[in-house]
Amino acid sequence: MKWRLLEEKVFRALMILCLGAVIAGLALIVAVITAKGARSLSWEMLTQVPKGGYYLGKSGGILNAIVGSLALAFGATALACVFAFPVCLYLQRDYAGRSRLASFVRTSLDLLWGVPSIVYGAFGFTVLLYMGMRASLLGGIIALALVELPIMARAMEEAVRMVPQALKEASYAMGGTHWETMRKVVLRQALPGILTAILLAFGRGIGDAASVLFTAGYTDNLPRSLLDPVASLPLAVFFQLGTPFPEVQSRAHACAFILLVIVLVVSVLSRLLGSRVSKYSLR
Amino acid sequence: MPHISVRDLTVAYDGHAILSDVTMDIPDRQITAIVGPSGCGKTTFLRCMNRLIDMTDGARVRGEVLIDGANILAPDADVISLRKKMGLLSQKPQPLPMSIYDNVAYGPRLHGTRNKRQLDAIVERYLKLSSLWGEVRERLHAPAARLSVGQQQRLCLARGLAVEPEVLLCDEPCASLDPTSAQHIEKRFVELKQDYTIVLVTHILRQARRLADYIVFFYMGELVEHGPAEQLLNDPRDERTKAYLSGTIS
Ligand SMILES: Nc1ncnc2c1ncn2[C@@H]1O[C@H](COP(=O)(O)OP(=O)(O)OP(=O)(O)O)[C@@H](O)[C@H]1O
Ligand SMILES: [Mg+2]
Repeated sequence: MKWRLLEEKVFRALMILCLGAVIAGLALIVAVITAKGARSLSWEMLTQVPKGGYYLGKSGGILNAIVGSLALAFGATALACVFAFPVCLYLQRDYAGRSRLASFVRTSLDLLWGVPSIVYGAFGFTVLLYMGMRASLLGGIIALALVELPIMARAMEEAVRMVPQALKEASYAMGGTHWETMRKVVLRQALPGILTAILLAFGRGIGDAASVLFTAGYTDNLPRSLLDPVASLPLAVFFQLGTPFPEVQSRAHACAFILLVIVLVVSVLSRLLGSRVSKYSLR
Repeated sequence: MPHISVRDLTVAYDGHAILSDVTMDIPDRQITAIVGPSGCGKTTFLRCMNRLIDMTDGARVRGEVLIDGANILAPDADVISLRKKMGLLSQKPQPLPMSIYDNVAYGPRLHGTRNKRQLDAIVERYLKLSSLWGEVRERLHAPAARLSVGQQQRLCLARGLAVEPEVLLCDEPCASLDPTSAQHIEKRFVELKQDYTIVLVTHILRQARRLADYIVFFYMGELVEHGPAEQLLNDPRDERTKAYLSGTIS
């Protein structure tokens, strides 16, 4: 009896320890970024594009990178959705779930998940060259969508797969077709999970530097069309950290902070949306 | 009213038989109770009648289930209209992730009723029929998942009836209910058999005694005996039925 109680206590302590480590790590990152970036963070930074000599410490802001990153990440997430969504539905057992094709697709997605994003960047760059295009918003969106697709599709599939079979059968038993059941019952039940999947992919996408390095390029201007090159926050961090000037390095941390805030805002918004749409879901 | 007859129905999961050579006719406009020990294939039998068995991995079905002479197990049978015809009330109530109103309106909407006023009337009518109306009329747009289990089961009954089936397949509909809710449901069945053919799977012999006009006894995947309730309960022919009725096997 003593032993069992001890065991209970030890494992509880271990769990709390690990949880603490995770939270501490996160807090540390936020603290460092804020501390180092705070003094450069200004309204000017959020609302202006870089002026001449910005990277040497002169005035200007990184509006170009903020707009670029948002355009890239929203574009890529939307594009990835267009493909991930039908794929995750088709992988359900009611459609292809039991076939070899389905398990092949799942394995492929898992593999793609593990591919480093620089590979997508290089691949996207080759395709761009082949099509005679230069680095552009469109190119960046496509490469980023490739990075996001496996994460999104797998996470969505997981959410949709969690819908109990009995629930689907209730709809089938009333004469619903596969598609009606998917649309009216399965999606409703899985919607919070699907939103999480989209958010996960968005977070990964907006923070990715390697895939947009060659495909989206970098510019001090705001993008005017899909075919213009765009700047992005991760690259802004990368370039500014690489300079020898402390003021510029501090701006890199400020950029990282902005990136963090964007992800936070998007995730809070999607949580709110999630709790609205999950009002009817069964738990 | 469709007439159901079952011919040589055999179901096997992964090679071993769960139901073997079941042949019988189900009487129209009566309550047919299917009884038998747990695992004898009652649910499987029911799932053949609306082809939900198609959803089960590894299940192989042979034989025929004839509804008005047409074999519903044929690969080219119209499963959608079959399932519309055969209402199902499952063992565990399974509300859909939507409001109470939308749960009842789900079937009619699937089958083409769009008019709001018509839907309102349908919802009210079937919620009344399953004696749930009084409890939920104030909160028709609340999530169905918030109802109690007994209310959920009555909601599922209303939902199933709203599709306007001709046959009701009920898989131990009172298994997860308290005695009062169970009584509610039982009373409904007695009224409903005027208009529907009801197939009722039950574990509870007393329930079968109370409700059934016709009784079918399954044992280990075999149809042992079937006949009018009076006769089967009071004068069973087979030794196994006698043993089951006296409680020696269960
Ligand atoms: N998906 C499945 N795969 C393999 N075997 C199954 C499957 N579903 C049911 N069985 C088996 O088929 C047999 C009959 O099951 P069934 O659910 O029809 O029994 P039942 O008479 O409804 O039992 P209960 O009264 O406990 O609900 C059982 O032995 C069960 O183990
Ligand atoms: Mg059963």
